[in-house]
Amino acid sequence: MKQKYLPLTATILIFVLSYALCAAQYPNILSTRVIGNLLTDNAFLGIAAVGMTFVILSGGIDLSIGAVIAFAGVFLAVVLEHGSMHPLVAFALLLTITTLFGALMGAIIHYLEMPAFIVTLAGMFLARGMAFVLSIDSIPIKHPFYGTLKSLYYKLPGGGRITLIGGLMLLVFAIGILIAHRTRFGTNIYALGGGTATAKLMGVPVAATTVRIYALSGLLAGLSGIVFSLYTSAGYSLAAVGVELDAITAVVIGGTLLTGGSGFVAGTLVGILIQGLIQTYITFDGTLSSWWTKILIGLLLFAFILLQKGIIHLSRPERQRA
Amino acid sequence: MPIMRNYAGRLLPQCIALVIIVIAISIVFPGFLNLQIQNGRLYGSLIDILNRGAPVVLLAIGMTVVIATKGIDLSVGAVMAICGAVAASLITSGHSLAETLLATLAIGILCGIWNGVLVAFLDIQPIIATLVLMVAGRGIAQLITEGTILTFNEPGLIFIGSGSFIGLPMPIVIWLVFGLLVAVLVRRTALGMLIEAIGINRQASTLSGVLTPVLLVAAYVLSGLCAAIAGIIAAADIRGADANNAGLWLELDAILAVVVGGTSLLGGRFSIAASVLGAIIIQAINTGILLSGFPPEFNLIIKAAIIIFILVLQSPRFRTAFSFLSIPGAAGKPTEREAK
Repeated sequence: MKQKYLPLTATILIFVLSYALCAAQYPNILSTRVIGNLLTDNAFLGIAAVGMTFVILSGGIDLSIGAVIAFAGVFLAVVLEHGSMHPLVAFALLLTITTLFGALMGAIIHYLEMPAFIVTLAGMFLARGMAFVLSIDSIPIKHPFYGTLKSLYYKLPGGGRITLIGGLMLLVFAIGILIAHRTRFGTNIYALGGGTATAKLMGVPVAATTVRIYALSGLLAGLSGIVFSLYTSAGYSLAAVGVELDAITAVVIGGTLLTGGSGFVAGTLVGILIQGLIQTYITFDGTLSSWWTKILIGLLLFAFILLQKGIIHLSRPERQRA
Repeated sequence: MPIMRNYAGRLLPQCIALVIIVIAISIVFPGFLNLQIQNGRLYGSLIDILNRGAPVVLLAIGMTVVIATKGIDLSVGAVMAICGAVAASLITSGHSLAETLLATLAIGILCGIWNGVLVAFLDIQPIIATLVLMVAGRGIAQLITEGTILTFNEPGLIFIGSGSFIGLPMPIVIWLVFGLLVAVLVRRTALGMLIEAIGINRQASTLSGVLTPVLLVAAYVLSGLCAAIAGIIAAADIRGADANNAGLWLELDAILAVVVGGTSLLGGRFSIAASVLGAIIIQAINTGILLSGFPPEFNLIIKAAIIIFILVLQSPRFRTAFSFLSIPGAAGKPTEREAK
């Protein structure tokens, strides 16, 4: 087996094994209802994590997505409850804003040669600040169109439902996989992650690619914000705190190398599902407290970092021979 | 004395910024500069800024050294929560104050060792290595407090948060003394220079005989220790340990303080005094926004604007474009941070 599939295989193996363990203890966890809920509950995180995967593949990081999700929620709530705009128009407007926001951060990162970490940190402050300025209250969204969107679902055998937002997440992952492996943009991202200097020498348009990566991350964070507002039916400026960390964790657990250049969008989906599974198990168990989620995810993160280190270490002598 | 002149030149932008902010606030809020002594303790908005800023100042001291090694420590907020929880649970279970403080500081050092070993020996990128503890740390803190806010009434521990010593609130005394100790330690020995060497080129420093792994671990241990002290102060201040909110997002404020202080995130030259000033500037802005009656919602936007402004100033491209303004020779090395 090729070395690059090893982290992904390990992730899938861990997911299947832990699912089997959970199912052995609570057979109901296999029901399509639980699976449907797993998709619905993690939809916003999954969509944002696809954007994060691309950013990390390119060797960068985006700390602003949680704040952008909160901004999106508040923006939609304010626009829909105080204006007469149709939600679809508001969605389009919002996605334009967040895409431009991401593109701006990408441009600052590239043209000012500043670390992505601190630029997106400023972006995080800015986006959450804008959310605060729009409103500090939690505003419920009562637009009838939201009700319509929420009632859309595909019924699985066994009573489970794939809701609109759950399905949307799967669709975003499918498109993400296509972008990563079947387009020139995707190849450029991998090249950029391998090293800016080499990418430039190979003729990769570094400036355009960097700007597009962060624009894509902004777009997906905006979409994730729409999904989040559908999920909670409200906009609140303090919502979605720390989502960027969950997304980064999912990307790492999914087997993407944090130094960039190697990994799979599909792995991130499994990473999201593992996190969701831990939460579901803790809910099923009922006696474990919610803080065990954080500790377990931290341990899992650590294990995967070690695994990645091990693989890099093992592959080194091979590279020298070649 | 050339050394003194160097110091003054290095700290000048931060000092000017602070003075401008203080003047701006005192125009909007006339009573801002008033100081008074009541019950043998200084009171006033200025003292309040120094007092409220204590946790961020302490975190910034440790963060400066870590950033100088080209690292970053995201876990300090979570370590604050852990240490606050440890202190509260030990003191409520009947341990003496000395035992509690020593154990809490030891836990902070332990967290630092964990981060340091991941970075120095397992060679993991600092952002990711410290992310592990950032994610898991708050869970551990909640595990210690069992999800509740642990309150305590031990007068000794409360004294650390709200007592006063020779007229100054305890938190100020603590960060002043600790900051001086660290500054003397790194600047009166070769340690500071070796740390800068690691930040500029880790491989070259290792090859030239610097004990890179040990110094790296020491940097993260210092950061953990700072977080432990900040955690004790934060817990003592509210007389309880809140695992969910203690130190929440303070790691970002601490990084911001270091950046405002002019230490580059790319490692190398650092100044602890400048980072302390940076932390005070941030706190002055926070307090200023509250005092001047602006809605606190604008706080984050102003912070973002400041970061972007400083980023532009620090940007290598910007430096090259405006190199005719700075010292001749600096233009040839646009990444050299200390041109100002």
